[in-house]
Amino acid sequence: MNNLIILPILIPLITGVVLIFFTKNIIAQRWISAISGLLTIIASFMLANHVYRNGILTMDLSNWEAPYGITLVSDMFSALLVLTTSIIAFAALFYSFKSIGEARERFFYYPVVNFLVVGVNGAFTTGDIFNLFVFFEVMLMSSYVLIVLGGTKIQLRESIKYILVNVISSALFVIAVAYLYSVVGTLNMAHISVRLSEIGNAGIITVIAVLFLIVFGLKGAIFPLYFWLPGSYYAPPAPVMALFGALLTKVGVYSITRTYTLFFYHDVGYTHQLLQILSVMTIIAGVIGALAYTDIKKIIIYNIIVAVGVILFGVSVLTPESLTGSVFYLIHDMNIKATLFLLIGIIIVITGTSDLDKISGLINRYPALGWTFFIATAALAGIPPLSGFAGKLMVVRSGFETENYIGAFVVLMSSLLVLFSVMRIFIRGFWGTPRAYKNEDQAPVKWLLVAPAILTVFAVLYGFGTEAIYPVISTAAETLANPEIYINAVLKE
Amino acid sequence: MEILMAFLIGILFMTATYLMLSKSLLRIIIGTGLLSHGAHLLLLTMGGLKRGAAPLLGENAPSYADPLPQALILTAIVISFGVTAFFLVVAYRAYQELGTDNMERLRGKEGHE
Repeated sequence: MNNLIILPILIPLITGVVLIFFTKNIIAQRWISAISGLLTIIASFMLANHVYRNGILTMDLSNWEAPYGITLVSDMFSALLVLTTSIIAFAALFYSFKSIGEARERFFYYPVVNFLVVGVNGAFTTGDIFNLFVFFEVMLMSSYVLIVLGGTKIQLRESIKYILVNVISSALFVIAVAYLYSVVGTLNMAHISVRLSEIGNAGIITVIAVLFLIVFGLKGAIFPLYFWLPGSYYAPPAPVMALFGALLTKVGVYSITRTYTLFFYHDVGYTHQLLQILSVMTIIAGVIGALAYTDIKKIIIYNIIVAVGVILFGVSVLTPESLTGSVFYLIHDMNIKATLFLLIGIIIVITGTSDLDKISGLINRYPALGWTFFIATAALAGIPPLSGFAGKLMVVRSGFETENYIGAFVVLMSSLLVLFSVMRIFIRGFWGTPRAYKNEDQAPVKWLLVAPAILTVFAVLYGFGTEAIYPVISTAAETLANPEIYINAVLKE
Repeated sequence: MEILMAFLIGILFMTATYLMLSKSLLRIIIGTGLLSHGAHLLLLTMGGLKRGAAPLLGENAPSYADPLPQALILTAIVISFGVTAFFLVVAYRAYQELGTDNMERLRGKEGHE
């Protein structure tokens, strides 16, 4: 039963390897990746269920015990993220069947998506800081391929910058691990936490914490380090964008959350203050970007940055309630960003453009698309019964309770402005005079709408079922708030 | 020995930064290679340098070198090798497609093909 933890990594890995041999046979590729996607969802659901019932699940690879070997750890937080990742990856795959195009399918699209899932699930599951780096690289390598696959001019131009930024941040990651290793002499995350609490309040730990913040902040797109994101995410096609927007930045956010709740919780004064300031700036920068552009893709891309800020604000407040809010919001945001990018993909397929000035009146011919989009945008902004509300409410409330008034106020205002920025898409793109578009007859809208519609249903259920889901989420946040639970589970003291 | 390594790593980082700030794409890629070399040497140095001891953890060994940093840089070297190879290929394709390797000319609005 312990081996359950590795299945969400192993299934996509084996699938990816197998698919490499079937690149010429597109039908076989689709079937294999669909079946393995379903299996991954089932495995991660069983994992989450097991973790919820029996507590944190750990696995020491090759039976080398915890501080020495590589450990995989699945607490509720990571199990939930693995489950969300599996669902989103399956939705994006399903969507790709009709939209990604044969040329990309022939050139290893499906294997690479599977490897991306390996990297993301691995990064969520691993309990070893260097292994985190390795899974980051697996994920980044797949993302490099996905962003450049197709080889159009804009993709090549943007992928060079994307690769460059990530190569530098990987080097910084190695440097950060080097400093950390020289201070604590271990790589196991639980063991690091124990050693750091023995050392106590040393300046070097703050330096390492800030270095890790830079590394993960580059991946997670926090305030001064988000500059690469709007350009790079603009280039690839919609399903890839959905995978990136939903998964990649969230791995950075997850890593910040993990390291800042597990390692660096002793000297909260400096590091968490810094994190808080940066997260508030991130929200402001994201909102400005979301309001500034009239391009649909850009608006949603800047909304990723806003969400990263909201989640990290909750983490920086560091009360049990704010952490619960952050976990709530993180899962909601992964789901809703994937939905929105997939829906935007449909709009682009129909109209051939993402410029709002050239789109209007879509709702007359595509009412289902229009209303799905409307519900998704409402959920994004956190209109009460829908999924964004509960998380944001908890983050804002605990912000006010701990007297971080400015931050909580910014989070509150950001929902309003986010709502405004996405409602603009709805008002200008869907209302108005209907136009004729040249691609609209070939567009397989009904097929494409299936995946985002299901994800929207999840968003609605997640919102209405807040009461039911709350115990699960609060279990996840409890581990974050009390690192001892995690440490005891891993080191089996 | 540590002092020497510190200077070497510093020089590598310095050169890498200089190269990465230049306009030519090839120089930038060489810069990233040097940067990762510097990072790997740093990782090795931070683990503690030892002379004349094997990386073994025996019961009665009088001294031993820490094997972990070596395992780590081995992994990191392989990764950076793979990434550099991929980066070079992408740069070559970009040069073919866009007709330039000058970063100044690779700018532009995202929407423009």
